[in-house]
Amino acid sequence: MVNKTVASLQAAVADVPDGATIMIGGFGVAGQPSALIDALIAQGARNLTVINNNAGNGETGLAALLKAGRVRKMVCSFPRQADSFVFDALYRAGEVELEVVPQGNLAERIRAAGAGIGAFFTPTGHGTLLAEGKETRLIAGRPHVLEYPLAADFALIKARRGDRLGNLVYRKAARNFGPVMATAAACTVAQVDEVVDVGALDPEAVVTPGIFVHRVVVA
Amino acid sequence: MKRLTREQLATRVARDIPEGAYVNLGIGMPTLVANYLPRDREIFLHSENGILGMGPAPAPGEEDPDLINAGKQPVTLLPGGSFFHHADSFAMMRGGHLDICVLGAFEVSASGDLANWHTGAADAIPAVGGAMDLAIGAKQVFVMMEHLTRTGESKIVERCRYPLTAVACVDRIYTDLAVIDVTPVGLRVREMVDGLSFAELQRVTRAALVPPPQDMCA
Repeated sequence: MVNKTVASLQAAVADVPDGATIMIGGFGVAGQPSALIDALIAQGARNLTVINNNAGNGETGLAALLKAGRVRKMVCSFPRQADSFVFDALYRAGEVELEVVPQGNLAERIRAAGAGIGAFFTPTGHGTLLAEGKETRLIAGRPHVLEYPLAADFALIKARRGDRLGNLVYRKAARNFGPVMATAAACTVAQVDEVVDVGALDPEAVVTPGIFVHRVVVA
Repeated sequence: MKRLTREQLATRVARDIPEGAYVNLGIGMPTLVANYLPRDREIFLHSENGILGMGPAPAPGEEDPDLINAGKQPVTLLPGGSFFHHADSFAMMRGGHLDICVLGAFEVSASGDLANWHTGAADAIPAVGGAMDLAIGAKQVFVMMEHLTRTGESKIVERCRYPLTAVACVDRIYTDLAVIDVTPVGLRVREMVDGLSFAELQRVTRAALVPPPQDMCA
């Protein structure tokens, strides 16, 4: 019998190596898998590249991972927020590298990695600082930039409910990056509020099919 | 020598599909594999039209025209299955998420090129469907076919004459005569049907074969 549920948060992130690239779901704190991030801090992996829309809020979750000095590089669209003081200080001290990506390109680059797309052309960013040095092409009279996929070793995401096959449903706008990140990592770990029986999730309403999920842990 | 029947061949392929595998079965003969999957293994069948966790054919009278497989035949959904739209379905295929796909073929070459979509004949109507996406996308591509055409020609060839579906994509070939791995050192025979010698198999196959390990010293 297939069973993707794991007994503890600790076990769910035990094999994250130093230097790993990790996608972390969430838009600000909505959908942020805080329990998995805390487990990752306790686990101790260092020198991480983290892909998230933001760069931490307050002093918990992603901000705590940054504060613990575990992140070498942030790939995100919007690091600067009212409560992003942890990241701000690290960045100004030169202790963390930053790649800023327009948010739609961030989502689409992750999607491309999950869907086996080698690269894609988009008008977003053309002629700006964020497209410097990138290939361009005129398509239907409009200039486009060539953007490459973003893949990860691990995706840590948060969902409302899951089953032992890895099927997931989300809650409200906490869905955000979870479904697309689930497709783009070699190992996707989902923190869920609740594990339900196989068959309890409506097949019409499963948002992330189990094929994309490797571990499910209740938190 | 006894050739495998279609059912025996399907049983043989099914035996190599492990617990927990996500699998796409191509239309035609590969669809038969679904009927012979070991009952003690939990295996997830993907259908390109947006189904994961596809189940067997429904009982007569229970058919639902909105629940069909890639071959447009009625199927069912197992508990824990899900439905999704076409681009998501092909993301599963193209993004390398399927563990195995089983495809039929007109020809397979010594280097694992696959031809299964178009005969190239002047009056043929080409129809590719999802074959090219599966061939490049699945982690392992199994081909399941008769070893010889109806006129007795080898379907395993040095170079495909038919138009290609994908280059160097096939990992293993299951025929009614043998199981053959496509490896960097060539087409390595893993198994042959009872009563068939390596020399006989090579004689009917129009590509160089590497003998199975137990024959290496012979």
